[in-house]
Amino acid sequence: MEEKPQRIVLTEEQRRTRRARSIAIALALGALVILFYVVTLVKGPAVLNRPL
Amino acid sequence: MSSVSEGAQFAGSRVAPLACEPSIATVTDYLALMKPRVMSLVVFTALVSVMIAPGHIHPMIGFTALLCIAVGAGAAGALNMWYDADIDALMSRTSSRPIPRGRVAPGEALAFGIVLAAFAVAVLGLLVNWLAAALLAFTIFFYVVVYTAWLKRLTPQNIVIGGAAGSLPPVIGWAATTGSLSLEPCLLFLIIFFWTPPHFWALSLLRVDDYARARLPMLPVVAGTEETRRQILCYSLVLVPIGVAPWFFGYTHALYGVTALAAGALMVMFAWRVWKQRQGEGTDRAAHHLFAFSILYLFILFAVLLIDARLVG
Repeated sequence: MEEKPQRIVLTEEQRRTRRARSIAIALALGALVILFYVVTLVKGPAVLNRPL
Repeated sequence: MSSVSEGAQFAGSRVAPLACEPSIATVTDYLALMKPRVMSLVVFTALVSVMIAPGHIHPMIGFTALLCIAVGAGAAGALNMWYDADIDALMSRTSSRPIPRGRVAPGEALAFGIVLAAFAVAVLGLLVNWLAAALLAFTIFFYVVVYTAWLKRLTPQNIVIGGAAGSLPPVIGWAATTGSLSLEPCLLFLIIFFWTPPHFWALSLLRVDDYARARLPMLPVVAGTEETRRQILCYSLVLVPIGVAPWFFGYTHALYGVTALAAGALMVMFAWRVWKQRQGEGTDRAAHHLFAFSILYLFILFAVLLIDARLVG
């Protein structure tokens, strides 16, 4: 007999916390993009100069 | 209560088992994994170092460096909580952490810590410099592997050697500004290194039962409270001249030197009280006072370092 995948219906708490975590990850990634953009403006062409 | 069995709809008579339950961890739970209180002291000491180091650093680059140091410290905290979840559950001080409470699964904490560590090191290297990034990577490695996984359960010298990880943030901050190292950041390293034992052992005197229950070889458990008090006093006596050293070597003005001397005298006084008060009601109070003052001591020293360099210098 073929094994069928189990479908999950999230509870209200699981749905709420997942949404909050997703928003937090999105904000963190957005902040990272802004950080790289601003630092590129600050450093100019020197942003590619990365001395060890 | 949420569970898979309640939430699942079965499509057939035989179902594949789930790898794990859907997470209920909140953003706050993940922030707690990063040990924000420890992080605040790390960021403060690094901030002072970034600001007093010679040369100029653009405020945005300085902010980036501090952000990466903070995130790196948070990553180390998360990985520490992942590895120590078993003993955290046994101690009253740590039993409410996200993993023992069942809010965050161990695997989630591990993944969170690794991702944060990788991002912190990579961003610091790409946007600031690779010396600072290498030092941050070493700090995370030292805290997680050398201290947490190796020394913590092995020797009563765990927090002495492991204290090196907490001492490195000012060195990273210095490297972020200057791109090099010198004697001055080494002195900042030594101040925190010799501050750590009296700070942590004062706390461990208050938590002997906790550590014994978790079978952690902290000094009061292994060598007894008498020996711990003696070593607290010894380390505090050594800390005073090291605290004054930046002035002695001519890196600061008298404002810092006099403040470090006065704060050091108070630190020794509190350590002396812990050593003298071996029995009776005042025992815990003396240890608590030393623990609280030790935090203030480090804050005062670094705050005055900043004032001395920026306002007096």
